[in-house]
Amino acid sequence: MDAFLFQVLAGLATGGIYASLALALVMIYQATHLVNFAQGEMAMFTTYIAWSLINAGMPYWPAFLLTVGFAFVLGVLIERIIIRPVEDAPVLAVVVVFIALLVILNSTAGWIYTYTIKSFPSPFPKEPLFGIRYMSAHEIGAICVTLVVLSLLYAFFRFTPLGLAMRAAAQNAQSSRLVGIRVGWMLALGWGLAAAVGAVAGMMVAPIVYLDPNMMGGILLYAFAAALLGGIDSPMGAVIGGFAVGVLENVLGAFVIGNELKLTVALVLIIGVLLVRPSGIFGKVHVTRV
Amino acid sequence: MTKRNLLLLALLLAVACVLPFIVSDYRTFQLTLVLVYATALLGLNILTGYNGQISLGHGAFYALGAYCAAILMDQAGAPYWATVPAAGAVCLVAGFLFGLPALRLEGLYLALATFALGVAMPQLLKYDHLAKWTGGVQGIVIPKPEAPFGLPLNADQWLYFFTLAVTIVMFVLAWNLLRGRIGRALVAIRDQHIAAEAMGINSAIYKSAAFGVSAMYTGVAGALSAIAIQYVAPDSFGIFVSIVFLVGIVVGGLASISGALYGALFIQFVPNIADEISKAAPWAIFGIFMIGFVYLMPTGVAGATRLLLAKRRKSP
Repeated sequence: MDAFLFQVLAGLATGGIYASLALALVMIYQATHLVNFAQGEMAMFTTYIAWSLINAGMPYWPAFLLTVGFAFVLGVLIERIIIRPVEDAPVLAVVVVFIALLVILNSTAGWIYTYTIKSFPSPFPKEPLFGIRYMSAHEIGAICVTLVVLSLLYAFFRFTPLGLAMRAAAQNAQSSRLVGIRVGWMLALGWGLAAAVGAVAGMMVAPIVYLDPNMMGGILLYAFAAALLGGIDSPMGAVIGGFAVGVLENVLGAFVIGNELKLTVALVLIIGVLLVRPSGIFGKVHVTRV
Repeated sequence: MTKRNLLLLALLLAVACVLPFIVSDYRTFQLTLVLVYATALLGLNILTGYNGQISLGHGAFYALGAYCAAILMDQAGAPYWATVPAAGAVCLVAGFLFGLPALRLEGLYLALATFALGVAMPQLLKYDHLAKWTGGVQGIVIPKPEAPFGLPLNADQWLYFFTLAVTIVMFVLAWNLLRGRIGRALVAIRDQHIAAEAMGINSAIYKSAAFGVSAMYTGVAGALSAIAIQYVAPDSFGIFVSIVFLVGIVVGGLASISGALYGALFIQFVPNIADEISKAAPWAIFGIFMIGFVYLMPTGVAGATRLLLAKRRKSP
């Protein structure tokens, strides 16, 4: 029972990270109906920026905030420069552009920082917090940071005029344009926010999986699985899906199938959800008109 | 096919036959790989270019083909030439089966599911309980085939001609498949699947069959690559193989048979040149080319050549 509890709690910690990345995916999906294959690499790249800043002697939290800001700018720029021209292109073209982005970010990181694995500092103390022996301080901290980010986002979308405008632009671009919302910029802002959320996820996961240009491959897959499980158009679903996938991955990995096939769990989950309930648990069912 | 095209093809074939005698063994090996990639790209093009189903996981079928060939040779002592059709058959079935659930997935979702397949494949190959056959992380080493019947060819040259023969057969088959009723049905499903169904095309059968045939081509290419490289290991079949194939069909030209050849030349030789700059450079260049082609030349090299030829014909 002890071991089980341990795995569940560890699963919640990684699940929080999947939840953040899944949320970033969902934000972009809601605004543009695209699944950003480069989300993981964007998070990886910004985590390297944080690493550089910290190595240059900056204290952790200023570096953290600066990185989030940088990620936001990066996201906005990517939307404006690279995604904009293919907005109305066929799906294949968009997928190719996303994959190209993934490859470019991956190789640029490899080019600048080499492919050697680096350790990334955790802002949280080494010894367990409050004498909880089931979770390390970093795991608890990561969950807290995730929850803070989620509530900030919720508050932003729920209570600010800008958040309302962004939701409107995502839901009905044409009508939003008619009431004077600059839909193009709302999309760019959405990309920026998603990149910022991804950066937080990257910085939280880096102390666990270590920093290297390919660190996000598996995590992105879990984030996909989480977003699909919760419903790709439901932010709340993405968060719950993230935690569920984290726990599922850890428990199955520890007790049922072993660590080697963890990625296959994500594969089976993705295909399973898409087959049984493509809209996910909390998503809306879409009906297309002929 | 016009007379001119036939003449061009004969010329191309003649060049292909002479090349291994004038270039070094290493170049011959590289050309063998070009043929292997061309077959794989043709397979992906049947699915993505002609039928409009996006696959980001064809590296998985490539791996499956390669492992089929390697395991058959390593465990069952099968001759190398027999493993190629066997790998094709296995991948045909595997592709068809994967194509069945894929029927319910469109566009982005299919890309997602196949992406997951591509990412998960190396782990499956490393799986402990399969290690008896797959050799686990170490992979399998295969002996190099020698030229039969006392032909005056060295092993590299023989491999080249063997691969060339298979590639030609595969290209002729694809050409035959795509120019007729089936090819038109595939394109119709891609462009307007509702209209296609209204015309009496069984979209489900065609789509899963396209998946199967496409996987078969890629599997055959995988088997050929295993024979040519004489080695298979899980880590050489990561998601990046699938991405390389995608680069190949985008650069070569979607929905074009000759595009497979252009794409293969691109993915074989461009990284070699770029490698001299930096280890990461080939990928950066791949990425830039992908974006560039999508923006500027969406029909790829094949489409651009077609356009150029048509323009020249118009203005004498």
